[in-house]
Amino acid sequence: MSVTKQLLPDRPAPISQIGPIAWLRENLFSGPFNTLATILSLYFLYLVIPPVFDWVFFSANWQGETRDACTNSGACWVFIIQRFEQFMYGFYPENLHWRPNLAGLLLVLLVVPLFFKRVPHKGWIAAFILLIYPVIAYFLLHGGAAGLEEVNTGKWGGLMLTLILSIFGIVAALPIGILLALGRRSSMPIVRAVCTVYIELWRGAPLITVLFMSSVMLPLFLPEGVDIDKLARAMVGIAMFQSAYVAEAVRGGLQAIPKGQYEAAEAMGLTYWKSMRLVILPQALKLSIPGMVNTFIELFKDTSLVLIIGLFDLLAIIQQANADSSWLGFDTEGYIFAAVVYWIFCFGMSRYSLALEKKLDTGHRH
Amino acid sequence: MNETNRNTANDDYIVSMRNVNKWFGNFHVLKDINLNVKKGERIVICGPSGSGKSTVIRCINHLEEHQEGEIIVDGIEVGNDVKLIHQVRREVGMCFQHFNLFPHLTILDNLTLAPIWVRNMPKKEAEEIAMKYLERVRIPEQASKYPGQLSGGQQQRVAIARSLCMNPKVMLFDEPTSALDPEMISEVLDVMVELAEGGMTMICVTHEMGFAKRVADRVIFMDAGQIIEENEPQAFFNNPQSERTKLFLSQIIQH
Repeated sequence: MSVTKQLLPDRPAPISQIGPIAWLRENLFSGPFNTLATILSLYFLYLVIPPVFDWVFFSANWQGETRDACTNSGACWVFIIQRFEQFMYGFYPENLHWRPNLAGLLLVLLVVPLFFKRVPHKGWIAAFILLIYPVIAYFLLHGGAAGLEEVNTGKWGGLMLTLILSIFGIVAALPIGILLALGRRSSMPIVRAVCTVYIELWRGAPLITVLFMSSVMLPLFLPEGVDIDKLARAMVGIAMFQSAYVAEAVRGGLQAIPKGQYEAAEAMGLTYWKSMRLVILPQALKLSIPGMVNTFIELFKDTSLVLIIGLFDLLAIIQQANADSSWLGFDTEGYIFAAVVYWIFCFGMSRYSLALEKKLDTGHRH
Repeated sequence: MNETNRNTANDDYIVSMRNVNKWFGNFHVLKDINLNVKKGERIVICGPSGSGKSTVIRCINHLEEHQEGEIIVDGIEVGNDVKLIHQVRREVGMCFQHFNLFPHLTILDNLTLAPIWVRNMPKKEAEEIAMKYLERVRIPEQASKYPGQLSGGQQQRVAIARSLCMNPKVMLFDEPTSALDPEMISEVLDVMVELAEGGMTMICVTHEMGFAKRVADRVIFMDAGQIIEENEPQAFFNNPQSERTKLFLSQIIQH
């Protein structure tokens, strides 16, 4: 028989287990294959990074107004700088750029307070953004009232158009998608069938077909003289398309919620809608964040397809500038610029979703 | 029997089940269940797994639908009327084997959810009541934590407090200690014993025979969807009548 009378104190871990040397050995040089891979990767970076940096920064041309200013061997950023305004606003009249700027600023000013914990009346701010802001933004951008000069949607373009299409697509698709997901899991067969058919139909068609339908086919079915704005048609098409994807992401979240959560909410006497709103959806939406953000990122990039129905989003306007005879031969700079802008927004969404997941984590695993 | 008689007869019973039958598909899971529970009575239901004991109490608040027979809770018939079902659920508290706390809400928010959204109670009042019950289950200091940060025993006590916040007329317990580590069972049973001694009407599905002996007014033994034996705890444990009860009791106290 043995009895331990004294509990042993904790000792620090051996030095071979912690610290930078241990980290290097464990992660970069843990075996012959890993060591070889590390060395090859370093050599590859040595080959690639210096010339890229040289082209992008050190030998690049930054100043000037025409292509003649681009005398160095590196990138000709003069092209981007000269066309920057157009890349941002499309053919929106230059003297009226303050209007989209103001609309954007207003949106930022409204959205930022939502990220701070202490701000009161968040619900009202959100409701304002969702219901009243779009009207304000529309009048600012489109004008035609209150002394604002009318700017046809055909002139909207560039990053502005990309943002309008994606933000509208995301914001409109979210509630529709949630309702569709709930409908697809409904116990009522007709509701379930309608939602399932809707989701499968829209998910089964490529976005490009949806856009073609909205711009070419839809007018054929409308009575003569009725003309719906092309941009509005594209926006509606994108929102309906996107809502099918959101619905499936949300359904994944709903399915991961244990039955006990539904039962506990029911047993308290909560109605269906209250138990969804207060108990099930907050958890399901948290679980579906990665899937939803995935589809949002896809949508953001897919908005570039509106090019085929004659809308000039960021990519389309850059391509159009590439074809300008006075700036021929600078496609690379243009596409790199487009890639960087898309990347900034997509990476931003991705990081934000990670931060959100972390914030909503309450230490619970189902 | 005329209508008046039936109502007066039912007035004594807070829960009354008459000839209840239920099927899962083709499987006849409850057979002619008759169970009357008076106000303040403590009932323990036991039996082998699959005997239908959980299904019986889940029929009382309509988490499961019965196909035949009549269930009356606090004078309201539990049937297809959704409004009536909500009305019944407001008066019937339930604790589950796996606690089923809402992991995205703090303990305090778990407790105030139903009073605020079902009873339309002002938030401040709901929070006062919640703290009162958290103190009764001896964990007021955990109010601002999330369920995931609590031990199983603490979570189950929170779940009991959550039900009590609705000031229920009956409490249903569905194997409240089966998912707990052994050292946490007694803290939950202590709370349940206190509740019983305070006069709460309780229907417990449990295998805790010590608890049954201590607080139950009646013990019900179920097997294969039927009530096999029903007796006072003393008689039930010392002098079981049916062979199946004898077998069950010998199996659970063998070790």
